[in-house]
Order: sequence, then structure tokens, then C-alpha cells
Amino acid sequence: MKARSHLLLSLLACAAASAYAQQTIIVGLITKTDTNPFFVKMKEGATQEAQAKGAKLMSAAGKFDGDNATQVTAIENMTTAGAKAILITPSDTKAIVPAIKKARDAGVLVIALDTPTDPQNATDALFATDNFKAGVLIGQYAKAAMGNKPVKIATLDLAPGITVGKLRHDGFLQGFGIKEGDPKIVCSQDTQGDQAKGQTAMENCLQKAPDINVVYTINEPAAAGAHQALKAAGKEKGVLIVSVDGGCAGVKNVKAGIIAATSQQYPLKMAQLGVDAGVNYAKTGKKVSGYTDTGVTLITDKAMPGVASKDTKFGLDACWGNK
Amino acid sequence: MANTAPAPVLQARGLIKRYGHVTALDGADFDLLPGEILAVIGDNGAGKSTLIKALSGALIPDEGEIRLDGNVVRFHSPIDARRQGIETVYQDLAVAPAMTIAENLFLGREVRRPGILGSVFRCLDKKRMVTEAIAHMKDLQIGIRSMKQAVETLSGGQRQGVAVARSAAFARHVVIMDEPTAALGVKESNMVLELIRRVRDRGLPVILISHNMPHVFEVSDRIHIQRLGRRVAVVNPREIKMSDAVAIMTGAMQVEPKAA
Amino acid sequence: MSTQTVPVAGTNLRGLLEHLPPITAIGPFLALFVACAFFASQTDRFLAGQNFSLILQQVMVVGVIAIGQTLVILTAGIDLACGMIMALGSIVMTKFAVDYGMNPYLAIACGLLVSVAFGVLNGALITMVRLPPFIVTLGTLNIAFAITQIYSKSQTVTGLPDELVVLGNTFHIGQTAVTYGTVLMLGLYLLTWYVLRQTTYGRHVYAVGNNPEATRLMGIPTARLLLSVYTLAGLIYGIAALLAVARTGVGDPQAGQTDNLDSITAVVLGGTSLFGGRGMILGTLIGALIVGVFRNGLTLMGVPSVYQVLVTGILVILAVATDRLSGRRR
Repeated sequence: MKARSHLLLSLLACAAASAYAQQTIIVGLITKTDTNPFFVKMKEGATQEAQAKGAKLMSAAGKFDGDNATQVTAIENMTTAGAKAILITPSDTKAIVPAIKKARDAGVLVIALDTPTDPQNATDALFATDNFKAGVLIGQYAKAAMGNKPVKIATLDLAPGITVGKLRHDGFLQGFGIKEGDPKIVCSQDTQGDQAKGQTAMENCLQKAPDINVVYTINEPAAAGAHQALKAAGKEKGVLIVSVDGGCAGVKNVKAGIIAATSQQYPLKMAQLGVDAGVNYAKTGKKVSGYTDTGVTLITDKAMPGVASKDTKFGLDACWGNK
Repeated sequence: MANTAPAPVLQARGLIKRYGHVTALDGADFDLLPGEILAVIGDNGAGKSTLIKALSGALIPDEGEIRLDGNVVRFHSPIDARRQGIETVYQDLAVAPAMTIAENLFLGREVRRPGILGSVFRCLDKKRMVTEAIAHMKDLQIGIRSMKQAVETLSGGQRQGVAVARSAAFARHVVIMDEPTAALGVKESNMVLELIRRVRDRGLPVILISHNMPHVFEVSDRIHIQRLGRRVAVVNPREIKMSDAVAIMTGAMQVEPKAA
Repeated sequence: MSTQTVPVAGTNLRGLLEHLPPITAIGPFLALFVACAFFASQTDRFLAGQNFSLILQQVMVVGVIAIGQTLVILTAGIDLACGMIMALGSIVMTKFAVDYGMNPYLAIACGLLVSVAFGVLNGALITMVRLPPFIVTLGTLNIAFAITQIYSKSQTVTGLPDELVVLGNTFHIGQTAVTYGTVLMLGLYLLTWYVLRQTTYGRHVYAVGNNPEATRLMGIPTARLLLSVYTLAGLIYGIAALLAVARTGVGDPQAGQTDNLDSITAVVLGGTSLFGGRGMILGTLIGALIVGVFRNGLTLMGVPSVYQVLVTGILVILAVATDRLSGRRR
């Protein structure tokens, strides 16, 4: 008698649980780190959108840029926990692929945000800034701004092997109309996207070539560091700094004239689109595919003919980070 | 017969120390006379190390009394005992190998420059420490060329010499030596034994703990034999055979308790 | 052991040789000299007063952090949290001054206080709970990092009052602009040298690293000594925070993330042993300068950044190998 009622109760509980589970859609978000305001904004956007759609958001992040292991573990855990879709900004675009394949084989929709995996079709879809285009825009801007003046260019890059850094750098070169190895590029140093390291890199580049007049920077903290170095050398007026990101602090720097132009990207949009796609897949089984450009806008207060841009007012409205 | 023995420098009566069910010291007595080398021998578990630890302040006995120069003393730590003039040369020497001889000699007792330089700026008087180190080593006739040599560059016997010189330099009443020849070869052991004699000759009584019977018999004036937590005999190495002393230590030979 | 020490004229050469520092002490100076000579030969922009002033500014923050790291390593410990403590200190200083409008000097004091507090935390966990320094500072590094990110919301603090960045101001020696911060760094090195070599405290620091048991047996309160070393290190990291703020002009919560390994690199290149009890504080300065010189020199030569990393790795191995092969430890 007792055993039978126990069995009945357990069955009821299971049914209730599975019904509940079927009701709440789980979407996972895995970012490179959770301290970079870019990813903080992404997580905010994802959380808001998930709430709006009545889904549950699981999130995880690596400990540092390049931390593949934590992301792999997160994918596994989220899959086991029943996530129907996983959004990921891959830290290591090659090494994460096997883990993504396992999740997709288990029926999970995997979407890359911001950075494509290598190969790109390892994920179902990619919602990202076209980082190459971001570089092209500021390259074109710099070319237009410098006109016919002779240029000496410094590139302050990210770190060896990181895709985003390479795409932006190469895009800048194409936009400017030069190839790698062009003698106009007088100095290239890595900054790891860090402000203090950007300052050191700029100082050493200036020491090598005091007449640098164009500086490409991988992101706005590096640009701020470069400006600090130029200011200390008394050169901040005559040097053009361009950057990528469009964070609120960076746009403020454009407004203040520290950065001439920056390519703004939209992490919020990436997250929103990602959550929508995940919820849609869970409800209808329809997968998204291919690449969706989440947009990049050139932000500058000194517009150049031939290069489409928006001013800092627009930039501040659309920026990510603390306004 | 009237006892005309001189007053002991260090004396203990009825020391008791228990660790749970184990009684390490069971009413142990101890007498160290001035100007002598007293060896303390005993088998494992006889309470030898417990006795020495009580005398050097490393542990506090449960019961019993310790007197230094006739005055009752209670040591709460080895530093306490050291402040009252009892120095110990530890088995592993307690020297800092990378530091020089002079630095080791004054470790924990560094001399500072006189005046403001010393009190406000805490400046070390290195010259004076080297000079005094040379004097101390000379006193014990230890021939090491430079006080600025790192201790780790010395041989085992020379290192022992440094440790002994340190204790002899600062001891006021007693020097305790724990297994000083245990790690040494024949030649260096003899040098250390000679050193121990010189310490005694300078007026400092020495308590020598050793498992090495030939060394004990060669250098000590009296031998305290510890067994089962008590002192069972004090013998004169010139009046007793080594094998008999060992027999008393292991219990093979019984001894009537007699006044020390 | 039977012959006595008798000073004799003519043993002067021997005495001189004994006074010469071992290869591990000369090594770093030699390496720095050779590196400078090499870069001077490769580019004419290296050997300039302004360039050297630049290098000093670039190594300033890690250089000061490395002072604290040296003290800790001399006691046979290690401090992995140094960079994060520095970052937290700089965020506290800058946010207090900017967000709350606090008197800048008071804000600086608060930043220093927070850094010291972390130093005390490290020291207490190591001496009272008896946890290994590696583990403790691994934990506090994460705690400090998290607090920094949470409190600052990962945003850089800008718009600092002038008093906070006064150490970034310069004065001139001839043609060369020198920042006050670099002078402070050099002053701190001299002060630390004095404490370590000329005072009782310094000697005890070396002793506790070389043989902690002996130090304890000789009556030196080792727990208190270690606690004071970590606390002092915390204060030094706080000073480094002020220097970082002065150099970059902002409070950057992402700063300092590689400073723990960079400061350990400087200490090792300078000839200090990771096992404790041996080393020179001035060696650490040389070690920090070596890294800065290579970074600057290779950039002037147009060599890609990744080779700077390669060179640093090779130098570290060479430094440790030299230490080993010189037979210092028996």
C-alpha cells in the first residue's frame, strides 16, 4: 500500500517538474570575462530580453581574455541544465569548437556573439560587429582627415593571435589604402587593450619616430593611454587618434577631442538578438543561421566627406557603459 | 660523612611531567656543579629530552622545583631561560646558513651604533660585531679566517664551533649542548670535544647530551644517568666501566639510590 | 681549527676578493650594461637622457610593487595579490576624490589604508592561520580584484583633481624632463636598501627567510616579523597605486593584472632567491630596468612585441640558472 502511494507521488512530482521545465526556456550566455563593460552591457541586454520573453538566463564568463577552459565547462554545464540555446563570445576561437559541436549535437542552438569561431560555421549563427568593417571605417576616416599630408602611422594592437585585434588592424590598413609592411607604418606594438600598456607603447613609438601623426588603437583604453603619452610629449594637438568600441567613456573622449573618431559597436543588440533567436528556437524549433551584422557606426564630431558618420550626441545615446 | 660539595649552579628536585597517560618525568632530580661537564645519558623514553627541555625552558613541568644559583626559577619559554643566563646549542645548530659568522653570532642580539644613529635610525654597528666575534672565536681558539664568511661555506665542525662560540659568548650560568658530535667525523668530533673543554675552562658549566658513549667518557666530569623518568645514578667516568654505565642506563644493572 | 686568525699585510688581495660580491650580485648589473650597450649600437635614439627618463617612468609602478615583493620573497614568501591591491588602492583614491569630493590628500590616505588593510589580511592569514603565502595571496588577489570591479563597476575614473597626479609633474635636469614619481621610486629603493642592510629589522628579515626555526630559537618574534613585512608590502603597493594614478592620469580598475608576475620577474632577474634569505633590493631595481630597457630598445628597433615576451622568458631562465650554478646553496 505504502509503496504504491510513494510511487504515485513521485510520478506526479516528475510530471510537474517536467511540465515546469518545459515551460521555462533556458538560454545561456557565456562571455569572455564579466568585468569588461562591453560584456557587462551584453549581459544586461540579455537579462532584460530574457525577462521580457519570460525565459531564464544562465550566465558564465571566463576569468580572463583567452580563458578557454572555463567557457568549455560552462557550455557543458548549461547543456546538462537544459539550456535550449547558448550565446557565446569565444575567448579562443579555435579551441572552443569541439565543445560547441557537442552541444549542437545534443540539440542546443549555439550562436557566436561579437567574435566568430574559427571556422565561422562551427556555430549555428553569428551576431557580431563586423570588426573588419569597424577598422575600415576609421581607416577611411583617417585617410580623409590627413588628406595629402605625409603620414607616419603607429598601430597599437591587442596581442598575438586574437582575431578581433587582427581584423580591426587589417581593416584599418585597407580603409587607409595601404598594405602590411608599408613604410608609412613606423611602429606597431601590442597593448593587450590596457591603458597603461598603451601609454608605454606610445611613448616608445614616439621615441622611435617622434613625428608620428596618425595612431590606430585597438580600443578606447589604449587610445586614452596613447593620448596621455602624447600629452606628456607635448604632441597631442598634431596627432590623429582613431579607435574602436563606442563605449560611453570612449565617446566622451571623442567629444573632448582626445579621440578623433571611433567605430561604435552594439553589444546590447547582439545580446537581444541572441536571446530572441534562442527563445524562438525553443518555441518553434526554427534555427537561425548565417551572419547578422549588428552594426557599426563611425562616431566623430568632425565629419569627413566621403565617410558616413554620426556625431557624439548620437554616440552618447547609443553607447554602452556608464553614461 | 659531611657533604662538602660546592652549591649546584642548576638544580632540580621532584620534576614531574605527564602527557596524558604517559609519565615522562616521574620525580626527576638534577644537579649541575660549577665548573664541570655533566653528561646526561639515557635510553629512548627515559625522559632525557623532557628533562633537558624543562631545564632550558622549552616546557613547563607539572610539579617540582628548579633552582638556578640557589634561587627558585620558573621558565616560561626558552627565551626566558636564555635571559636568565642558560644558553642552548641545538642539535641542528640553529644558524642561518646564508648569513656570515658575525651575523649569526649576534642573531637576535644585534649591536647598534651608539647615539641617535642607533636608537632612532636603528643602525647596526657591524664593525663592532665583527671585532667582538673575532674576540669570542679567539677566546675559544677557533681558527676561522674571516668573520664575514657565510656559515654555509664552513665544515660541519666549524659550524658547530660557531654555534658553541655563540652560546659561550652570551651564557652567564650554563651551556647546554644537544648531541654536538652526532653529525661529525672523527677529526672534527675531537675538535668539538676540545672546544667543550675550553668552554668549561672559561668557567661555564656544560650539560652534555649525547648517545656517543666514548665521547661522553672522554670529556665529561660526571655522568647523570636517566631511566624511567628519574635519575637513577650519577657516576664518575673515571671510576666506572663504559659497559656498566650502559647497563645502568638500560636497567640491566641495578643501583641503590645514593646522595648526589 | 688550531691556527689563529692573524691579520697580515699582503693578504690584502685576498681580503679584497672576499669583499667582491658574488656573480649573482654582479650578474644583473652586467646584463643591464650589456643590454644598454647593445641597444645603443642598434639605434641612435636609445642613448638619450629623455629616453632613460622615459624608461624610468615606464618601470616606475612595477618597480615600486617589486620593492614590496622583494621584502616578501626575502622571507621565503610570495605575494600574488600585489597588482590587485595596487588597483584597488588606486580606485579608492580616485573615486573618493572624484565621486565624494573628498580632500585629495585624505582620499590618498584612504587608498593607502585599504592597501595596508589587505597587507595585514595577508600577513594575518599567513602567520595566525598558518596558510602558505602562495595560497593566501592567490585568494586575496581574487578578492581584491572582485571588490575593485564591483566598486568601480569596471569603469575608469577620470577628471582627477591635480593633487592626485602631482607626482606625474616634471622638473628638468639639463635637457631631460624627470618626473617626481621616478625620484620617489629611487628614494624608496634607497630607503629599503638602508633598512635591509643597516638595521636590525632588515637583518631579521633575511634571517627568517634563510632559517625561520633558527630565528625563532634566537628569540626573534617571527610571527610578528612576517606580519609586519606583509603589512609594509601593502603600504608599498598603495604608494605604487598613487604612482599609477599619476602616470596614467586615471583610476583604472583593469590595471595591475600582470603586475604580480612582472614584479616577481624583476625580483628574480635582480638575483634574489625565491627560496628566501638571499638577495639585494638594488638588484630588483636592476631587474625592473632590464625589462624596461628591452621593451624600449626592441620597440626602437622595430621588433614586434611578442619578441619582448620571448626575451623576458629567456632572461628569467638565465637568471635562475646563474643563481643555481654559482653554487650559492649547498
